[in-house]
Amino acid sequence: MVRTFCILGLCTVLSITAFMVLGARGNWDFILVFRGTKLLALVIVATAIAVATILFQTLTSNRILTPSIMGFDALYVLFQTALIFTLGGFGFSSLAPELKFALELCLLSAASLMLFGSLIGQGMHDLFRMLLVGVVFGVLFQSLTVLLQRMIDPNEFSVLQGSLFASFNKVDTTLIALATPLVLACCALAWHKRNVWDVMALGREQAISLGLNYKRELLIGLALVTALIATSTALVGPVAFFGLLVSAISYEVTKTHHHGPIFLSSILISIIVLVGGQAIFERALGLGATLSIVVEFLGGLVFLFLILRRVRV
Amino acid sequence: MIGIENVTFHHGKSPILKDVSLTIKKGGITALIGPNGAGKSTLFALMSRLLPLQSGKISFDAMDIRQTASRELAKKLAILRQDTHVASRITVQDMVGFGRFPHHQGRATRVDHDKVSAALEVFDLTAIAERFIDELSGGQRQRVLVAMAYAQDTEYLLLDEPLNNLDMHFARNLMHQLRDLADNHGKTVVVVLHEINYAAAHADTIIALKNGKVASHSKTDEFMTEETLSRIYDMRVKVRTVDGLKVALHHV
Repeated sequence: MVRTFCILGLCTVLSITAFMVLGARGNWDFILVFRGTKLLALVIVATAIAVATILFQTLTSNRILTPSIMGFDALYVLFQTALIFTLGGFGFSSLAPELKFALELCLLSAASLMLFGSLIGQGMHDLFRMLLVGVVFGVLFQSLTVLLQRMIDPNEFSVLQGSLFASFNKVDTTLIALATPLVLACCALAWHKRNVWDVMALGREQAISLGLNYKRELLIGLALVTALIATSTALVGPVAFFGLLVSAISYEVTKTHHHGPIFLSSILISIIVLVGGQAIFERALGLGATLSIVVEFLGGLVFLFLILRRVRV
Repeated sequence: MIGIENVTFHHGKSPILKDVSLTIKKGGITALIGPNGAGKSTLFALMSRLLPLQSGKISFDAMDIRQTASRELAKKLAILRQDTHVASRITVQDMVGFGRFPHHQGRATRVDHDKVSAALEVFDLTAIAERFIDELSGGQRQRVLVAMAYAQDTEYLLLDEPLNNLDMHFARNLMHQLRDLADNHGKTVVVVLHEINYAAAHADTIIALKNGKVASHSKTDEFMTEETLSRIYDMRVKVRTVDGLKVALHHV
């Protein structure tokens, strides 16, 4: 275990150094600030997705579903679109980003707690039912989004595109000041409750038997997941399978059920993949390919692999 | 003492339990039996707070389950459901260790480790303590769960059809272990059973439910009569005494 963390830590430092130093020419004052901001954003996103995925998998007692697969970020995109639809492109652009973010976060939390809070807890042991529900929700949200996008003014659509087509290359840096404390607070709470998550992973009945207030812990966990996913989606846009890739590797290397080491390792792995990958794609390959596509491809493969393995068992 | 007062439970419109009142004395093994759909598992779920009470009152000694914090109840009663599925890869030792959670809330002390070792010893799990529970046979896994409930160190132990999936060897073993817990460790064991002969051989008291009502509540010996069994299961059941033990010939 200690060795695993040493290796992960080393890889993380290497990735970060590569990201900051590789191909750097010119004024260091500028480079450090420019790349530092971007690095911070990537680290925040990596952390948020890692913790949210692990937590979500614990609450639903499975290792295959992630918030994104269940349509959490499709819901976010729908909200963005609905917001522009109702406020208009100008109103949307003139909203203070902080206010907009806070508003989206509240709405998204409320909606996802309503949708998923009622679902999780009853039928959640049935993996295929959960998958189906996720697919149905995802398609529903996407279709509604497309419908709204068809109906809005072309000018406003361009505003929408600007706000949705965020990527790992073009991180929305204005939100970082807001996202950093939020993600840190969520992670602190998740870390503080790591022993509770260990018990929650045993399932509803065991958790109640061992004296947890199951409903309360479930709601807290879901609220954390929502806040983290909303933040990461606001920063870089939707990523479907990245979280799955991270959680699968992290369970594989730590081989434990304790949430302390799993949180730590998943965060490190997430940073390595995102920051290291970005360093390679931006500097070595000269933006010749897109990191998100490769990450999604690998994550998708992991997803298929896990599903097939599960089916055979 | 477990007090159940005027408990009524509806699932949608259909009544599952109709005004059930029972007093289960402290100590010994009490078996809860009855035909399918009699409401045994519902009553079990209500007692173990897995389902919210709709009306009536259930209390363990002075603790009303609606008034008492779940964490306090977890030190009073341990529950064991049938076919508990666990997604994570957990070793036998860690799983049994979870039984101590109500006492240490995640920060295990020396005492907790000792109790876990003792539980592993009692249920003959020390040799496989490092194995993962998803690699075990059904019987071993069941034993792990019982050991976990034992490590929880509560006065009351509630089990819902623990003999499901167990072959006759493990089934008898488990009943002997429950007997030992009741006789030598002062636990009060309440167990939902399907097979009447296990109840007859190992329980002190038998409570029979039928159509959501208590059909009979008596000492095992008094309960095992052809008349009572025939009434409860709506079929003729012969009862014979073999080696001083009353046996229901319900399968022939």
